[in-house]
Amino acid sequence: MSAVVAAPPALAAEGITSGYSETPVVRDVSLAVARGEIVTIIGPNGAGKSTLLKTIFGFLRARTGRVRVDGADVTGLPPERLVRRGLAFVPQTDNIFASLSVRENLAMGGFTREDGVEARTEWVLQVFPVLADRLGERAGRLSGGQRQTLALARALMLEPSILLLDEPSASLSPVMVESVFANIVEINRRGTAVLMIEQNARQALAISHRGYVLTNGQNRLEGPAAELLASDEVRRLYLGE
Amino acid sequence: MAGAASGELTGGAGRRVAAARLARLGEWIPWVVIVGLGAWAAIALTDQFVIGVIVGSLYALSAVGLTLIYGIARVSHFAQGDAMMLFAYLAFFVMTGTVAGIGSADATLPLSLDLLPGASEKLWRFSFGYGLILAVIAAALLAVPILLAIDRVVYQPLQRRGASTAIVAVASLGVAITMRGAMLLIWGPGGRRYAKGIRDTVDLPGLPRIVADQLFIIGMAAVLAAATYLLLYRTRLGTAMRATADNPDLARASGIDTAATRRWTWAIGGALTAVAGCLLALQSQLSPELGFVLLLPIFAAAILGGIGSPHGAFIGGLIVGIIGEVTVGAGIVAPGYKLAVTFVVLILVILRWPNGLFGARS
Repeated sequence: MSAVVAAPPALAAEGITSGYSETPVVRDVSLAVARGEIVTIIGPNGAGKSTLLKTIFGFLRARTGRVRVDGADVTGLPPERLVRRGLAFVPQTDNIFASLSVRENLAMGGFTREDGVEARTEWVLQVFPVLADRLGERAGRLSGGQRQTLALARALMLEPSILLLDEPSASLSPVMVESVFANIVEINRRGTAVLMIEQNARQALAISHRGYVLTNGQNRLEGPAAELLASDEVRRLYLGE
Repeated sequence: MAGAASGELTGGAGRRVAAARLARLGEWIPWVVIVGLGAWAAIALTDQFVIGVIVGSLYALSAVGLTLIYGIARVSHFAQGDAMMLFAYLAFFVMTGTVAGIGSADATLPLSLDLLPGASEKLWRFSFGYGLILAVIAAALLAVPILLAIDRVVYQPLQRRGASTAIVAVASLGVAITMRGAMLLIWGPGGRRYAKGIRDTVDLPGLPRIVADQLFIIGMAAVLAAATYLLLYRTRLGTAMRATADNPDLARASGIDTAATRRWTWAIGGALTAVAGCLLALQSQLSPELGFVLLLPIFAAAILGGIGSPHGAFIGGLIVGIIGEVTVGAGIVAPGYKLAVTFVVLILVILRWPNGLFGARS
């Protein structure tokens, strides 16, 4: 007779409404990310994807709705507090400290760690060996792909349980896009859930477990990534087929 | 045909490499000019050069404070010069207990550091005793809560309501005028000095005769510059300060409490400002009007070095100090044009490098 209680999702957004001015950009949007999942949000430009992510991560205040991490209500917590709850965020642009060295970028990624910065740096360099020879270099001198790698590496310094990514493949060459997606799969394989926004819908869904489609700031479709990829509506509207 | 095409290509690539080399060479030209002129001045006009280094090191300390405050709190702090003077007056007050009385006579409080046994007995060949050193420390400590309070009451509320940097800068001008008013009210318009009497000089091998106090000033400036450098580049707090200046949103996303970083910046910047003010008053004098005169070379130093860059501000301060003293000393310009020469140099530099010598190259 013991009641089976499902574990709460690692991250849940419930009925989020938010925006910058009087008119909200995001209206009553809900989503959930389970432990170990890769979830992609797709949708046309201006659908409110970025706004939603910034609201979840506390840069914007939600007008209504709740954000939960492992079931605990974290609505309204600022980013610097949310990182202590296991959330990490990689912005689309300006996602490294350009004037700091690569090593300092990683150290700042691990800023709130009491100890183990060295060990975690070693771990991150093992995942991203390309950064190992460039530790002393100013991050602003890295190439576009290396910057994106460093941005991911910085975000992983706190061993987050959920990684939020805002268009990780934007403005990268096709080869680099593949490498960034391979990195995301690797990060996920090592135990971090991922919630990302992508323009590159096909490739992103191909590595995802589930997906959400947002239009006009509202939930439109959701489901397993493979089903979304196969759906006529998604193919027509977002995959250009 | 294929050969010709590839030849053209190599030629184009060669030209690009040559152009890149030339551009790299161009990066070094200002430094060759600066170091060359500095070396010439040091040899041909040693006396003025040394004074330039002394004055410049004080501009440098204050400019480092200014550039940190700009980079992290995003405040163009026009009250920097008057804050230097105000804190120098606070040191004077703590040391002597003197305020301007009604009429012409000063009133002296029965409580001051100079009343401590032997506090005003001269140390070594300096013109002051240990009382002044304690007073400088007291001024640096007092500067911290004063600036934190001003930030909290004036700048932060404006920024929270979305005021532009120009509005905040004008507010800081208001703070400057208020500070000057306070100095005039409390200590009167006349100039004052920390110590009366003749200043002893020292002879150093290979250097011009120098006032002993000036050795103290250079030493203090060097120690503080080194300490600030170590703090910014070798500690977790310093790295967090630079990270916050570089990218405040990403700093928050990394778990850095940027509000705390901002408070540390005012504290450190304020302490530097206070010591720079006290040392400047030791070099010249205390006067409520001096603060505004100081503001221009300090801003020039910070902009020359690349606003937001601490080591740029320090080198900018030295350059501004040396240029001013040397051009006047060499008889190139009349003393009244000291600042004008500095600004001509500043304009030439930012015409070529709009972000200053150490600013971001786009």
